[in-house]
Amino acid sequence: MLAYIIRRLLYAIPILIGVNLLTFALFFVVNSPDDMAASQLGAKYVTPEAIANWKSKNGYDKPLFVNDDASGIGAVTDTIFFTKSVKLFAFDFGRSESGRDITTDVSTRMWPSLAVALPSFALGIWVNICVALMVVMFRGTALDRWAVFVFVSLMSISYLFYIIGGQYLVAKQWMLVPISGFDPDFQPWKFLLLPVLVSVVSGIGSGARWYRTLFLEEAGQDYVRTARAKGASEISILFHHILPNALIPILTGIVVLIPSLFMGSLLIESFFGIPGLGSYMLDAIRGQDFAIVRTMVFIGSILYIIGLILTDISYTWADPRVRLS
Amino acid sequence: MPQGISHFPTIRCPGVAAFLGLSLLLLSGCGDPPWNNPNPQYDDDFITYQSVMSPLPPKHLDPATSYASDESLFIDQIYEPPMGYHFLKRPYELLPLAVESYPQLSFLDADGNEVDEDDEALAFSRYTLRVRADERYQPHPAFALDGEGRPLYLFATAAEGARYQQIPDFPETGSRPVLANDFVYAIKRLADPQIASPMLGFMAHYIVGMSEFSEQVGAIPRTGWLDLDDYPMAGLRVLDDRTFSITIRGRYPQFVYWLAMHFFSPIAPEVDRFYHNPGFAERNLTLDWWPVGAGPFMMVKNDPNSEIVLERNPNFRQAFYPAEGEPGDREAGLLEDAGKQLPFVDRAVYRLEKEVLPLWTKFLQGYYDRSGEVHGNTNGVYDQAFVVGPDGVEMSEELEDHDITMDPDVKPAIYYYGFNMRDPVVGGYTEDKRKLRQALQIAFNTEEYLNIFYKGNGIAAHTPIPPGIPGYLEGEAGINPYVYDWVDGEPRRKSLDEARKLLAEAGYPNGRDARTGEPLKIFIDVQSQAISNTMMNWMDRAFGEIGVQVEYRPADWNRTREKLLTGNTQIYSHGWLADYPDPENFLFLLYGPESPLVCNCDGANNSNYASEVYDEAFRKIRILPPGPERDELVAQAVEQYRNDAVWLFAYYPKDIYLNNSWVRNNKRHGVSKATLMYTRVDAQERARKQVQWNQPVTWPLYAGALLLVSLLLPGVVAYRRRQKATARRARSD
Repeated sequence: MLAYIIRRLLYAIPILIGVNLLTFALFFVVNSPDDMAASQLGAKYVTPEAIANWKSKNGYDKPLFVNDDASGIGAVTDTIFFTKSVKLFAFDFGRSESGRDITTDVSTRMWPSLAVALPSFALGIWVNICVALMVVMFRGTALDRWAVFVFVSLMSISYLFYIIGGQYLVAKQWMLVPISGFDPDFQPWKFLLLPVLVSVVSGIGSGARWYRTLFLEEAGQDYVRTARAKGASEISILFHHILPNALIPILTGIVVLIPSLFMGSLLIESFFGIPGLGSYMLDAIRGQDFAIVRTMVFIGSILYIIGLILTDISYTWADPRVRLS
Repeated sequence: MPQGISHFPTIRCPGVAAFLGLSLLLLSGCGDPPWNNPNPQYDDDFITYQSVMSPLPPKHLDPATSYASDESLFIDQIYEPPMGYHFLKRPYELLPLAVESYPQLSFLDADGNEVDEDDEALAFSRYTLRVRADERYQPHPAFALDGEGRPLYLFATAAEGARYQQIPDFPETGSRPVLANDFVYAIKRLADPQIASPMLGFMAHYIVGMSEFSEQVGAIPRTGWLDLDDYPMAGLRVLDDRTFSITIRGRYPQFVYWLAMHFFSPIAPEVDRFYHNPGFAERNLTLDWWPVGAGPFMMVKNDPNSEIVLERNPNFRQAFYPAEGEPGDREAGLLEDAGKQLPFVDRAVYRLEKEVLPLWTKFLQGYYDRSGEVHGNTNGVYDQAFVVGPDGVEMSEELEDHDITMDPDVKPAIYYYGFNMRDPVVGGYTEDKRKLRQALQIAFNTEEYLNIFYKGNGIAAHTPIPPGIPGYLEGEAGINPYVYDWVDGEPRRKSLDEARKLLAEAGYPNGRDARTGEPLKIFIDVQSQAISNTMMNWMDRAFGEIGVQVEYRPADWNRTREKLLTGNTQIYSHGWLADYPDPENFLFLLYGPESPLVCNCDGANNSNYASEVYDEAFRKIRILPPGPERDELVAQAVEQYRNDAVWLFAYYPKDIYLNNSWVRNNKRHGVSKATLMYTRVDAQERARKQVQWNQPVTWPLYAGALLLVSLLLPGVVAYRRRQKATARRARSD
């Protein structure tokens, strides 16, 4: 397995280079270094000297990809792409265009993201699986049909509606919890209740329906009939037989997400005022902060690759027949 | 052995048990209402002002680099520039702030000899300023000294200072009086290319020796702190500990306004050195994030992603609430605190809110004292706060029982759609081109536009100079006679027939080119985020009334800016917020040499307007002190602008700010943001209202629990029945 993991990690290098190249190209198709300088310097009295000075100070006074003025390897290395990208691979994220240290910002902002994402994720899976198993238990009955109807209805509602509706009812009309905010030192749980509740409820429709499909497929298998014939209770069949056998597709869907939990949720964090990583990149795109954009895309790619590797590893745990080689 | 029989259902699922247990725990932890208070309870008895920063956090808090009003909200409370503005008086009045009196102004010839103001040999103006004796910096570790008088926190390596993550982590602080050299040092920082101040390019035209200084220090290789005191700048002199002078080229009376901007706030060299400690920048310990000033407040927490907290600066000089204002201030209760010592609040907390619903809800729940600080008419807030009733715009029912007060704020700003005067269709200075533009001006009903899209919050502009600025005239004298008539004591837009007539005289009868028969189509470059489909439809209809077709070219700001720089527009939209309350700061928007095509720079004259009459008047306005001669020149420039019909339409934006009833002294200041110290909060009334307005509604909790049980119970019953069923009964079921 170790050889497999090392091989997958080596595969990640060209993927990361490709992602970085793509991000770079996309960003500079719509933004030139001059645009970035003008944006950072403000809308007034932006002289060409000030722009040149800003570019020089921030390392944007070079060609993008090829430096015709440099000779040899310098033609490639003395460019914005190379100088800005090579440090990423050493995990030196540098400073944002407004001067803040990105590593410090990321390490500070990931904790609030995790504080929301982790309970939402864990509770969401638990609720979805419980609901799906309950529905499977009554498969073919009116309860099953009604449940599918409810699931599809829940899926059809916009995520924004859950957020705004939740805020309107729970926080504004009923005044049970703060409508937004986050303070790790001051009863943080009361700020998390609503976003976690919204995340869980909004995910029930699609999650439970997906798990129901998986469980139904397993419920028709011979081993289930055998277990039932041996007198096992329905609960026991569901939790001890069907659930373990349906784990592979479940793991495929969820393990890959675990590392990405650090990245937070854009909408939830934005509406609930959670100072996490979710809105960090969007703010950076709005502010034409390429340093943050490339860092966040890079971190996102790494976490996704780690998620995929973890997924593969989790298969070996869920199904002893699977061997990674 | 028989087991005990319970009549109560047992919770067998550990998950459900955990969930219910957690819910009970949380509810029990809620304590006394209100449960929804998002503000932390402080242990002290400070009076805290609760407010909001929205929608984006500040990027820069260094007074040399910041140039955004969202950032001035903080910087202007922390730093004191040499000059400031009277809180209440309008038109805006300059006051000495960090200096004892108005700067002494003298004039010099090229050899440095003093000359009279009107001497032709005049080459330089020198401003001499004397710093207040009681001006002291806030407590800060940069001023902390050891037993031998050396700075306590200067580290040779990053490891030595690694344990300090934020400024409050430093146990020792110090302070010292503000010195004349601190102002000189701050101006040198503006010139340092490493700082990348937006003021460098502009100020280098005026301050003697700034360009040379910039080149000199820019060429010095550096790895750490560079003591700018080691490098003189020709236009700056420290005369003694409290006196310094600034020499600028020629005459520029508006320079004194610049002295009221935070760019000229004092910076202590030891503070600059402190922030250059190795490893500090990696922890965001920089002057850009932890400002150090002598103003009424100091920053104690800076988490721009969540909240910024200011506290009263214990070393702040004695300052008192003004005893005079403009007419109406006394009746509005704005002079009740006259003579009282400032500031009134001890702490100000600004929380980041990106969305409107939370912001508005917290304001209504009493957790924010004001509905906003910098952006009054946040669209969503405004829509919820006001309704259009039979008598016009009025507060919504939701606000009626809240005793909310409202402060309109007409900023010294202007938004406009301008013609490109070099465009072959709408540009040019011949009579037919003027008539074409005037016809379009009449067809665009600015008042209707403002009523529909801004609920009337804006004033149609007849001149580039907004209200409150010298040169703005009220009444008949202030109207644009080419677009309006004065009827029954108010301006009335000329009729569409008049517009059609002008259009025909311009060579476009019924909106068609008289020579080719082609319909007249105009092209408007708009910033995509600044215009909606509804607005475009309305404009189509407005111009359609005189038979003119419109095509829109939406683009983001970067592309729009590119077009403006290359003159590749026909009609464009733009805006301007004044730096200082002087007509010169608006009239320069149409000054010929400011055209990007003339100066090859990011000039402000995006219309590429070129009028000798206007330019000549402007050149004199720029150097003349206030007075009748200058007023006449301003009127002359405005008349030329109206006659040439340079802008399609313009309006002065009006912001509305709402205040909860316990907040006093809410008068908005269009230019300065240094008004926090005047704000007074009745904390007891606020606490009472918060409890009154936020009694939790608990029935949904019980209803939710009941719903959960009612959902689960049939399932549990059915499951038990199935488990207990015999084979025969199961089949019959």
